Amino acid sequence: MDAIFIQILNGLDKGAAYALIALGLTLVFGTLGIVNFAHGALFMLGAFCAVTFQKLVTISAKVRDEGVTAFVAYKEQPYLESWFGDTGRIIIDYSVPLSIMLAIPFMLLVGYVMERGLIKHFYKRPHAEQILVTFGLAIVIQEIIKAYFGANPIPQPAPDILAGSANVGSWVGLGDNLVYPWWRLIYLCFSGLIIFAVFAFLQFTTYGMVVRAGMRDRETVGLLGINIERRFTVVFAIAAVVAGVAGVMYTPILPPDYHLGMEFLVLSFVVVVVGGMGSLGGAVMAGFLLGIVQSFASMNEVKEIFPGIDQIILYLVAVVILLVLPRGLLGRAGVMDD
Amino acid sequence: MNSLVLQLDNINKSFGGLSALSDINLHVEEGTTHAIIGPNGAGKSTLLNVCIGRLKPDTGKVTFAGEVLTGRQPHEIAQLGVARVFQTPEIFQEMTLLENVMIPAFSHRDGAFRLNAGELLSRQGELRDDAEHILEDVGLKEMMMTEAGSLSRGDKRRLELGMCLILRPRLLLLDEPTAGMARHDTNQTIELLKKIKSRGMTKVIIEHDMHVVFSLADKVSVLARGQIIAGGDPQSVREDPKVKEAYLGGAH
Amino acid sequence: MTNTKKLLLNDTFVVIIFAAAILAMPIWLDPIGGNYPDLLQKFAIYGIFAIGFNILFGLTGYLSFGHAAFLGVGSYAAVWSFKLLTMNVIPAVIFGVLFAGILAAVIGFLSLRRTGIYFSILTLAFAQMSYNLAYSVLTPITNGETGLQLARSDPRILDRLFSQEQAAGLPSTDLFGETMSGYPGFYFCAVLLIVCFYISMRIFRSPFGLMLKGIKSNQNRMRYTGLNTRPYMLTAFIISGMYAGLAGSLLAVTDPLAGAERMQWTASGEVVLMTILGGAGTLVGPMLGAGLIKYFENIFSAFDDNVLTQAFSFLPDSVLEFVVPVVGLFVGSGWHLTLGLLFMVIVIFLPGGLVEGFRRIYDYFKSGGGNAKTQSVEARNQAGE
Repeated sequence: MDAIFIQILNGLDKGAAYALIALGLTLVFGTLGIVNFAHGALFMLGAFCAVTFQKLVTISAKVRDEGVTAFVAYKEQPYLESWFGDTGRIIIDYSVPLSIMLAIPFMLLVGYVMERGLIKHFYKRPHAEQILVTFGLAIVIQEIIKAYFGANPIPQPAPDILAGSANVGSWVGLGDNLVYPWWRLIYLCFSGLIIFAVFAFLQFTTYGMVVRAGMRDRETVGLLGINIERRFTVVFAIAAVVAGVAGVMYTPILPPDYHLGMEFLVLSFVVVVVGGMGSLGGAVMAGFLLGIVQSFASMNEVKEIFPGIDQIILYLVAVVILLVLPRGLLGRAGVMDD
Repeated sequence: MNSLVLQLDNINKSFGGLSALSDINLHVEEGTTHAIIGPNGAGKSTLLNVCIGRLKPDTGKVTFAGEVLTGRQPHEIAQLGVARVFQTPEIFQEMTLLENVMIPAFSHRDGAFRLNAGELLSRQGELRDDAEHILEDVGLKEMMMTEAGSLSRGDKRRLELGMCLILRPRLLLLDEPTAGMARHDTNQTIELLKKIKSRGMTKVIIEHDMHVVFSLADKVSVLARGQIIAGGDPQSVREDPKVKEAYLGGAH
Repeated sequence: MTNTKKLLLNDTFVVIIFAAAILAMPIWLDPIGGNYPDLLQKFAIYGIFAIGFNILFGLTGYLSFGHAAFLGVGSYAAVWSFKLLTMNVIPAVIFGVLFAGILAAVIGFLSLRRTGIYFSILTLAFAQMSYNLAYSVLTPITNGETGLQLARSDPRILDRLFSQEQAAGLPSTDLFGETMSGYPGFYFCAVLLIVCFYISMRIFRSPFGLMLKGIKSNQNRMRYTGLNTRPYMLTAFIISGMYAGLAGSLLAVTDPLAGAERMQWTASGEVVLMTILGGAGTLVGPMLGAGLIKYFENIFSAFDDNVLTQAFSFLPDSVLEFVVPVVGLFVGSGWHLTLGLLFMVIVIFLPGGLVEGFRRIYDYFKSGGGNAKTQSVEARNQAGE
């Protein structure tokens, strides 16, 4: 029972990460009709926003280390700490969540430039070419990051008070030794919030209404005299921001390296397709479904019966779903059929 | 009395509670040209789609020359000798006209899958002659090396007709073969269809243009709101008051 | 009938030119620094891989993202043939092609039930499953992360049957006594490449190829002409998988080890890049793309700062300090950046790939530098094929 509970949490957690990336991917596909293979790179860029922010706030001066009295020793002290004392220390401690403030404007800019500079020229070109050009872009982004930050993962600590584990067992009455990392719980809530925000935006704002209409029938919306192009730019920028902040928040869980984007991209494409191309609800559903399935498959009890199942379960589920449901879980007819 | 080629019995089809076809009975005799007319939304295209297996009827069955078509795959139906010209031409846009006609020629001879291309290659010359002949029939021979995508709409229709003709079907279904054509083109198409008629091919035509219907059809059935309201030879249908009402009264 | 004969004559001519160009590669690649046996072997092997991929993607338009699985299976089968039977390369190649073909039949049978991106994702999923299994549960067969290697203690039943003496050290792959490394290895691959090219050309020109093109162009019309498209697609998929298996087994022939990373999706992505770069659906395009990518990989990644400093030594020092790091971004370990950029440029400006580029240049000069748009389809077909 305990194990199952933990696995459900694990699965929700993984699923949240998949769902967040898949959400942006399918938003862009549904409205703009673009298959964006650079979406994983956006996730990775977000993660490196956190890295950059942390580097910025910890720019240090060499100061005399008072703790060592035997000889003259120096230590690095961040300027923030020497200027603002405790406030500075708190800023450094909370650098990951605070770096969202950097990530949002930066990702908006990246999204805007990418859409205006490249993507918009590909609206009318075949999907294969869209895939290829964005794939090329993803390689370029990845290599630039590698050139600046190196090839090794860069760990990002979560704030101190969230570094430990929550005693989730006692919350639900399952005993005290059932614990779960705080930051993962935060990530789960955060993902829920973002997903909710995106759906609310689409559901309750006029802007979102037009976007949804555009997902249904782009030509008609264009005929209504609505400047759909400008809205496309906004949608793309939103998708970039969603991917970016997801990347930021994921850094304490997985230290980012330049390869992060590609790894998530393949999985999130599977998620999007399983959910049904162009279906937002499907993407979220498939994300959580695959996350939970995967964490259950990695339980030792399951692995004993089916050795290696944890390695292939995602793809296996994807294959079965696609073979049984031709357009994924919630896909509509006529989308990407040829 | 000629034998029946196509026979539709008690066909019903509805889309989400909306009845598109109700209780259709239609008999088409060998060698005749049977026109189906009716106002917009009467269910004419749905009827053709049921015939070629694109749609599955809710009830009833379609019989073609003794074989039940209902529930068969489209390619099986085509193999039995039913060809169709679509309302928006379904052609191979990126290929030359010759290739467009050669593909059906190949698949006609080699309908069942065979890798044995040698036999086909040795007969390539013969098939090519055939293809050129068909292109001449539909008046496109001079352009046979151009890309199909660059043709005018009328020419695309004619090309598609040629692609169907080379299959030597027993039954040819035409969905508004002259829609959107200029008068001159329409007349040309009528001449062409008349020429085919002399070869004894059975045809079912869906048409808006009464001029076309009355110059070609031997039999006419009138479809309105998913039902056949009148049928018979062109003259009697023209004078049928029910038909006038469906066209004029229904419009108001 | 004369028509057919003319066509065949033309074909023979094309193959002879192609064969001459391939076999003479050590000569004409020498001035541009491409004359290493290792590199030449890679040209030929990845050429086969790309030509095979093109039979599926170029003709039918089905984009498979899982061809690396067949490459990997080909390699494993070949290495096992070396380990169990003989160091002779012929059985290795045969087993590689055979097993890849069987795997392709299974994956193709299931994946071809769907089209478009759903097909791509299905193939990707199957390939990733193979990759993950090769890493984990199938370790007894694949030797997991270390990769499958030869050992002195391997049984090699056939070899032991015919010769008693045991050479010291690891045996090397051979073709009836001729060692398959260095130039002989290249020529072996080159001959197979030429055969593969010929077969691919015959497929392109055959009624079978025409049917596949028809499927790409309008699958609906194919069905209503009475053609069951499934067996055609499956055949194309299997042939394409067998090409990949052949390429995989040749990788093992020239360097007898097999690792799971050969099956990863990045390897599948690579062959897509090669094919598109050269020109999908054309005969020589994929080969060109494969050659170009492998060439860049080898030449560019060999550059480091020292080489660059030497190359730019004519510049004044202050400029040099600036130029070397900037250029250094694009070469050496950063050559992927160049690849990515090159790739974007090609897709943006030349969606038809390099062959399309050559064709445009050809048309430009043919029409006397004037309006290049009045080209007949026939001329295009000839230039492209």
